Amino acid sequence: MSAKPNSQDEQMTILAAINGALADAMEADDRVLLLGEDVADAENGGVVGVTKGLSSRFGDHRVRSTPISEQAIVGAAIGASLVGWKPVAEIMLMNFTAVAMDMIVNHAAKLRYMSGGQTHVPITIRTMTGAGIGNGGQHSDYLEAWFAHTAGIKVIAPSNPADAYGLLRSCIDDPDPCLFVENLPGYWAPGEAPTKGHRVPLGKAKIVREGSDVTVISYSRMMVEAINALKLTDQNGISVELIDLRSISPWDQTAVVNSATKTGRVLIVHEAVTRFGVGAEIASTLSEVLFGKLKKPVTRLGAAYSPVPFSKPLEAAHAPNAERIAAAIQTLVAG
Amino acid sequence: MSDVSSISRDTQHEIYRKMYLLKANDERVRKLLRTGRIVATYYSYRGQEVIPAALSVNLTDEDYLCTIYRGIHDMLAKGLPLKDLWAEIAGRVDGTCKGKGGPMHLTYPSKGIMVTTGVVGSSMPIANGLGWAAQLEKKGRVSVANFGDGAANIGAFHEALNLAALWRLPVIFICQNNRYAEHTAYAKGTAGARISDRAAGYAMAGVHVDGNDVEAMYAAAREAVQRAREGGGPTLIEAMTYRFQGHVFGDSDAYIAKEEKAAALAADPVPRYRAALLKAGGSAEQLLTEMEKQIEAEIDEAVEFALASPYPAMSELTRDVFAEESVS
Repeated sequence: MSAKPNSQDEQMTILAAINGALADAMEADDRVLLLGEDVADAENGGVVGVTKGLSSRFGDHRVRSTPISEQAIVGAAIGASLVGWKPVAEIMLMNFTAVAMDMIVNHAAKLRYMSGGQTHVPITIRTMTGAGIGNGGQHSDYLEAWFAHTAGIKVIAPSNPADAYGLLRSCIDDPDPCLFVENLPGYWAPGEAPTKGHRVPLGKAKIVREGSDVTVISYSRMMVEAINALKLTDQNGISVELIDLRSISPWDQTAVVNSATKTGRVLIVHEAVTRFGVGAEIASTLSEVLFGKLKKPVTRLGAAYSPVPFSKPLEAAHAPNAERIAAAIQTLVAG
Repeated sequence: MSDVSSISRDTQHEIYRKMYLLKANDERVRKLLRTGRIVATYYSYRGQEVIPAALSVNLTDEDYLCTIYRGIHDMLAKGLPLKDLWAEIAGRVDGTCKGKGGPMHLTYPSKGIMVTTGVVGSSMPIANGLGWAAQLEKKGRVSVANFGDGAANIGAFHEALNLAALWRLPVIFICQNNRYAEHTAYAKGTAGARISDRAAGYAMAGVHVDGNDVEAMYAAAREAVQRAREGGGPTLIEAMTYRFQGHVFGDSDAYIAKEEKAAALAADPVPRYRAALLKAGGSAEQLLTEMEKQIEAEIDEAVEFALASPYPAMSELTRDVFAEESVS
């Protein structure tokens, strides 16, 4: 299911957009390979079917199911990439990147630098995560800050099908390692379909809606909650500028600073734990660049400082939602 | 060494040349460290010269090598130029990695030297990826992963061996068993008498060989390389050797019994092979002496080159993080 030419009313799920991006990348370049647990069709094309159809179309030599061996998966991707291949490795769940941390952080991210630019690691690591479906503490975490804190790996987190397609194509094109974070509960949400071949540049945010009172910055599934929050704040006549960061590292400092300069009030929302998170980096940068010019201190809204709980009411309370985002916006504009 | 060798005279001389080069280079590095002319964290491989010397004559520049922090012998044997090596050890801009990798992270792709890791065991998963590339390219290349006996106990070893066997990758896993994992003796850190026995658990060829015996090591390497080139899959070679120095330069090695070490030093494989070559006949003392003098002169030249090379410019601090010059 490759991405179709765009039309106004054509809808597609994020899952289909990612599948289409992989198919189009493999069609465009024979060096693109896929590997990961259960990715081939004999194993159902992935645990939720993101890679369905690809091994049948491109062959088992290019789409390889692997043992449950995260270090071996990322290591194989790194090795092949050093000599010109473009592997896309799937680490099923973001928590499992912990098992492959040495390969990702000590090797993929550092080989270009440690070799003085003689080698580079053009791999993409796809991984899914997100709370909301009762997966509990070891299948739900947003861990993007770990990787954003590591020099040498790019971190990308799309919120909709068109961006998912365009960002994944850019990750696969990129000469350096990229971690591509997919939201598991959001896979089946429809949105505007991507145009075949479209690329979204890495490091560029998208201003989803312009506004003048408050800047709200988010990414991944929290963008959906933020969009829903605007329905509440619109009723109160608050003009919100909503920015989808899309790329966590590198991040679009220019777009964020420009918007903050305009509104003077900033709320950052993410599903990851607030402490030491991406929001802290953005807030710190804004205080360095715009000290004295902001109308309110930058506000962060993230998950509670706890593992993701299983019990439904606790899980629902762990991460922000539309109501809490709307309330935080109200607080920023009050007084 | 028997008079009937499976190795041609020229190859014997080439193996000896490499062995002497590795020995002399290690001795020179330690000398310069002692005098303070260079400052680096250094892991001596002295005593382990036979393994890479006998392996590398079975490889070409097209074959891939991944090795570890105690791996300069592996790289020199594979063809790493002395000047580039020394400048890197000294942290200078003319080093293999512009001084940014250092002695633990050398890379030299034109000789197939793709990764040197400072993390125990991490050479193996990446060597698999190079082997996967070789398998896809179908040009008969092989990929070598070097590691020590300590690395056989880290998860990466088991993940990598399983995948290599499962995918029938052209990878040669060379465990240089020097009897010590850092400061811990083999028997105190490793269950089972032989690491090579673990190959059976992965349905892989496993070979236990005297890694200080040129003939045996050459034969084991040759067979494994041939198997990999012909699509026969991976081999685990456990090459028994001995680390003459402590774990890291400056380590007092008080954890090693004096008698044990003395016996190993008395059986130093480099002079032993030299004597064997002369005894077997056909090798003139003069030829070997000339070879050794030549190597010492090349090392002299490399050291002077390295110490005269400038340090990298400050602009190198943040270059090579990504392809782009600067990313926020």
